[in-house]
Amino acid sequence: MPVSLSLTVNGKPTSADVDARTLLVEFIRNNLALTGTHVGCDTGQCGACTVLIDGNAVKSCTILAAQANGAQITTIEGLAEANGELHPMQAAFKDCHGLQCGFCTPGMVLSALDLVKRYPDADEAKIREQLEGNICRCTGYQNIVKAIAQGAAAMRR
Amino acid sequence: MGASDLSSIGQPVRRREDYRFLTGCGQFTDDVSPTNHVHAWFLRSPHAHARIRKIDVATAKAAPGVLAVYTGEDLAGVNGLPCGWLITGTDGQPMKEPPHWVLAKGKVCYVGDALAMVVAESGEQAKDAAELIAVDYEVLPAVVDPVAALKSGAPQIHEGAPGNKCYTWALGDKAAVDAAFAKAAHVTKLDIVNNRLIPNAIEPRAAVATFSRADDGYTLYVTSQNPHVERLLMTAFVLGLPETKVRVIAPDVGGGFGSKIYLYPEETAMVWASKHVNRPIKWTAERSESFLSDAHGRDHVTHAELALDKDGKFLAMRVHTTAAMGAYLSTFASCVPTILYATLLAGQYTTPAIYCEVTAVFTNTAPVDAYRGAGRPEATYVVERLVHAAGVEMGIAQDEIRRRNFIRTFPYQTPVALLYDTGGYDACLDEAMNIADVKGFPARKADAAKRGKLRGIGYSSYIEACGIAPSNIAGALGARAGLYEVGEVRVNPTGGVTVFTGSHSHGQGHETTFAQVVASRLGIPIDTVEIVHGDTGRVPFGMGTYGSRSLSVGGTAIVKAIDKVVAKGKKIAAHLLEAAEADIEFKDGKFGVAGTDRSKTFAEIALTAYVPHNYPLDKVEPGLNETAFYDPTNFTFPAGTHICEVEIDPDTGVVDIVNFSACDDFGNIINPMIVEGQVHGGLAQGIGQALMECCVYDKESGQLLTGSYMDYAMPRASHFPPFKVATKVTPCTHNPLGAKGCGEAGAIGAPPALMNAVHDALAAVGVTYLDMPATPHRVWQAINSAKH
Repeated sequence: MPVSLSLTVNGKPTSADVDARTLLVEFIRNNLALTGTHVGCDTGQCGACTVLIDGNAVKSCTILAAQANGAQITTIEGLAEANGELHPMQAAFKDCHGLQCGFCTPGMVLSALDLVKRYPDADEAKIREQLEGNICRCTGYQNIVKAIAQGAAAMRR
Repeated sequence: MGASDLSSIGQPVRRREDYRFLTGCGQFTDDVSPTNHVHAWFLRSPHAHARIRKIDVATAKAAPGVLAVYTGEDLAGVNGLPCGWLITGTDGQPMKEPPHWVLAKGKVCYVGDALAMVVAESGEQAKDAAELIAVDYEVLPAVVDPVAALKSGAPQIHEGAPGNKCYTWALGDKAAVDAAFAKAAHVTKLDIVNNRLIPNAIEPRAAVATFSRADDGYTLYVTSQNPHVERLLMTAFVLGLPETKVRVIAPDVGGGFGSKIYLYPEETAMVWASKHVNRPIKWTAERSESFLSDAHGRDHVTHAELALDKDGKFLAMRVHTTAAMGAYLSTFASCVPTILYATLLAGQYTTPAIYCEVTAVFTNTAPVDAYRGAGRPEATYVVERLVHAAGVEMGIAQDEIRRRNFIRTFPYQTPVALLYDTGGYDACLDEAMNIADVKGFPARKADAAKRGKLRGIGYSSYIEACGIAPSNIAGALGARAGLYEVGEVRVNPTGGVTVFTGSHSHGQGHETTFAQVVASRLGIPIDTVEIVHGDTGRVPFGMGTYGSRSLSVGGTAIVKAIDKVVAKGKKIAAHLLEAAEADIEFKDGKFGVAGTDRSKTFAEIALTAYVPHNYPLDKVEPGLNETAFYDPTNFTFPAGTHICEVEIDPDTGVVDIVNFSACDDFGNIINPMIVEGQVHGGLAQGIGQALMECCVYDKESGQLLTGSYMDYAMPRASHFPPFKVATKVTPCTHNPLGAKGCGEAGAIGAPPALMNAVHDALAAVGVTYLDMPATPHRVWQAINSAKH
């Protein structure tokens, strides 16, 4: 049964009728063609599908699109400035070599923003602890942790 | 910009590929959605071993949205998937190669074995329809353990492989080894299990296959580390299509670690089916399917012995390994526990005699193949656990027993076929001990003891052989492929350079490192260099990325092509400058006449080559576009020492890694930032193997028990301390870059370092032996068993 949906994604209002079982990540990837949000598992563990819903990091494979009705959603495509300039957290990931294959990266960056919001002064141990929900197989997390600390500092400025 | 600024070799240049990944503009295979595409879903066996009596697809075919349902019998004329390396056994017989059908025929041999493909308008419809396929199975007993599979009375998996044996193969001088053991002052013996792992690249495998009636051609987007190899195997060996009609594109690939080298059934069936349904077909593995069907790694059971003289000098090593192949031979499965394993058993040491015998065995599990390190982590684990145990047994300090046996004269011929060109093992050990603050360890151990904790330190001095080569010797050893790499340097009329490489980047940062090499060699700004990879329609040919070979082999192919560009540029410059070709020098991006200030820039020469108005047309062709195939003369030999320090809580068995230090020698380094990142990732995977990762199949039913991220322990950020890494440099002697390779070092060096540390810590409570992974449960059990 289709359900009607109205939400704002990366500042743009959008409406659609979707199959009731459509996951938010499917809506984002298939209906909106925003393919920066990735799917890395089917058990809500890897965090590659993380988006911001009303500013909070949510794994978009764990909720139905219908549940996001009326929400403000930010995906990785919505972070940089209109002129292409990177958000300070994105810039920190680049500067610290916080990504390799790039597949977990969008989820990492968006989780990092949520982390910084909740713990603006997070130290290394806190950052490591708070990354529990995001798996990276390439970096050993070393430079991701460094990037989040640097990104947080840049956002404070 | 001054000329000297053009060389970025050795600089931590920020990656050029990052922008697209950070902004969601990367293009991974699942992001490719051709107009009008349909979806595939694979029906997989729920049984580890069963005869297929009947498959009834009628209901599934009639289900909503279904275009087609195919079983193995429908794929007429489609051959089985080939194995790329022929191992000849000690009995002189070729290895057993049971058919590996694209879709199972007659029987299924592991849980996850694909036996039917449904193609439907939507993924959900394909999945729903697959549930309507009725399969009549005759369930057979299964065997998942490689040692059990060799026992008499074990279930027989393949008719053509009696006793489930694929081959028994040996390397080394057995008589010399036996003689050395007979006169040894001390013999250290270990029984070792190298735990089975599931690679878990975060991007699941995926494919999009399109057939075009316009040219009778196919395009396959696929998660591959080596698209040309994929195309060659698929067309020439399996589908019988001309290579000219198949274009394979491996776009952005989200990690590989070996698991995306191989030709898999799914994409092969999809290419075949794309013509039959005449619609583009897309499939993306769910993570559960990745666990079931990606090629797994390791799974060795080994008995190893080290003979020493009274001073702790190694006299000989004797190793017997049983290696699981899984249900079928994956693309390079057979060479992993042989060519890539036994040859590494000399490690960094002068052990004069080594004998290794390997029995490869079929089991009712997913196929096993190369996974980050491929044979070399298994060998290093054997060597470094033996060395640790020997040191403990003989009362020789861990650094000392290594130093007493280090190779110090190069080139060095090992007794297991390899010729090490260069190395500096003391320097890496010294530096690793320095950054690990080994001197402070006793105080830290005492402090831990006050807090009721067990602290231990472990060493691992590893070597690896990268850039497997040369092709003629590998061919004599059974390789069914070449081991060269290809680079094409296309200079554009305005002086920009497009480089086509057969290497594939799926996280390694080639678009940056290779561009640094090109820009520096040609003396041009890095922004004018574009690196193209991963597309058989654009790149001339290539063997792809595996075995830490991309820079040493792929990078060298590019350098050789650059050399040809420069040689041609000199001819053009000689004409323009009215000088003898022999007098032309190329430096800092300029072709100049030696001893004068007359010169032409690289861009001027490029333009002249494409607008040849004033040009030696009688001597030189127009254009500036050169290709080189580079076949290395030897492996490269990265090496180093890793030191791990752990603290164990005896009440819970939790192992806390408090310090991990690595000093590696990768030869010359182009981009230290990227190299450090590769070390970090390798260490994390090596630590993962030693600390928590373990693939488990139920011994009776053959069901995969670790089939999701809730059951298979993946390392998280909180499992690691900050790694301390350093490098020492002895340049490789046989490639112009002096590079050795860095991708696998961490995964090779880390497991024994960690486990030696665990053993060191647990020695205080009487534990003498523990297999990987050192989970809290296992450690706690070991501590409590030792008490009684």
